[in-house]
Amino acid sequence: MLNRSLPLLIVLFTALLLIVAFFIPHKPFGDLESRFLNWYAIISGFTFLLGLDSLTRHHLLKVFRQEKGWFYSLLLVISLFATLGLGLYSWFKFSSPFALRAPFMWLYKYMIIPLQATMFATLAFFIFSAAYRAFRVRNLAATLLLIAACLVMLGNVPLGGSIWRYLSQFVHLIFPQFDLTTLYRVELFALLKDWLLAIPQAAAGRGIGIGLALGGIAMALRIILGIERTYLSS
Amino acid sequence: MNLWERITTIDRRIIYLLLTIVVITPLIIKPKILVRVSQPVRDAFNAVDQLPAYSVVMISIDFDPSSAPEVQPMLLAILRHAFKKDLKVILTGQLALGLPIGEIALNQVAPEYSKVYGKDYVNIGYRPGYSALMVGIGREIRDFFKTDYRGTPLDSFEFMRSVHNYQDIALLVSLAHGAVADAWIQFAGARFKQKIIVGCTGVNAPGMFQYYSAHQIEGIIGGLQGASEYEALVQKPGSATLGMPAQSTAHGLLILLLIIGNIGFLISRKRGKR
Repeated sequence: MLNRSLPLLIVLFTALLLIVAFFIPHKPFGDLESRFLNWYAIISGFTFLLGLDSLTRHHLLKVFRQEKGWFYSLLLVISLFATLGLGLYSWFKFSSPFALRAPFMWLYKYMIIPLQATMFATLAFFIFSAAYRAFRVRNLAATLLLIAACLVMLGNVPLGGSIWRYLSQFVHLIFPQFDLTTLYRVELFALLKDWLLAIPQAAAGRGIGIGLALGGIAMALRIILGIERTYLSS
Repeated sequence: MNLWERITTIDRRIIYLLLTIVVITPLIIKPKILVRVSQPVRDAFNAVDQLPAYSVVMISIDFDPSSAPEVQPMLLAILRHAFKKDLKVILTGQLALGLPIGEIALNQVAPEYSKVYGKDYVNIGYRPGYSALMVGIGREIRDFFKTDYRGTPLDSFEFMRSVHNYQDIALLVSLAHGAVADAWIQFAGARFKQKIIVGCTGVNAPGMFQYYSAHQIEGIIGGLQGASEYEALVQKPGSATLGMPAQSTAHGLLILLLIIGNIGFLISRKRGKR
């Protein structure tokens, strides 16, 4: 009984205290909020240790059991501890791992930055291929999405401006009454991109944001009132 | 399989090869491009430009190396702008892996303007638990950062003695690739009325427009294009300006492939119906 109700009571009490602290930012409630936030920051710091423990345990077990891909696990563990070792060494020797002459910074500049940037850049190839295969005008919604995507892509790069200048010359050739300089200045693709981002996209984004916030509030209420108890299960 | 059906199922290796060619070629040829400055970037620039000299700007490095090619040029351009305007810079970061990028940028730009560590700028480092930190700075920055990243007490830096909370920070710049920028807006912006500009990856930029159009942020620098626009405004072209032709041709190729692929798809569908 106590195993179940005590955690629920702690959650209810803490949540009520934090709500009161938010609306009454004066002593003693204001201080309480700051104290709770400091606890949160300390716990966040300790989650790194938890992560380190969990990661090391998982991959060391894989290595000892010689499971499939154990070699990559071994590389991961070696890299992890080499990074940690270099970071600690740099800290003692240069008073910060981020000192430009520190060995940790060498590792960071010549290993971590290129590796992460390469991983991210590789994504472009997959997105490119996936977009080519998936973006088909199957129905009205897909067609609208495709047109909007093409307009944003064109408006977002100088190529859109160049194409617009050629189009302007073409328009000016057919309708000489349209001033070419004015047409150049219109930059239609960039204008359309700005409009798409600022109006329909922002409206949809707001709708999703408000929906998420309402969902978050509903879930928080369910947890505070003890209706949602999945976090208690082990 | 007819020609149109073949077009709709091009081998992905051909697409990869085409993309490689259209990205590498402009990087070698380095064609000159005309940069059009969009309003969100101009507003971001103006937010920095209108600050009086010696105002304090806090730059938060909320991205890591995976987004550095897009966001790092923004950091360099903003630092150049801030130092040119004699603004005092506080550098912090909400991603542990992002902070060294800030340190590298500071050490690259500060000497260009003869700026001195501790006198003109400080790097206060990283603390875990960013939402707590963002609310906490509203009260006192020293509750979270008693020292800079080297362990030197903040009060030993002259300009930091008068910096206690958001009231003493004229502008906050969040250079982000994820949800951290949203958190700055929700905690520092909405709660403490902190002026904020956001620099983010092209993927994240659309999500910032709802804040921008509601005047919750001063401006947006979105993606490599935004970075190249800011570089144009500070009149110091850098890697973003250099990268834009490649991005331009890549977008052009994708649009071309989409058009060809969809023509093929429509023709194949029409023939299938017959």
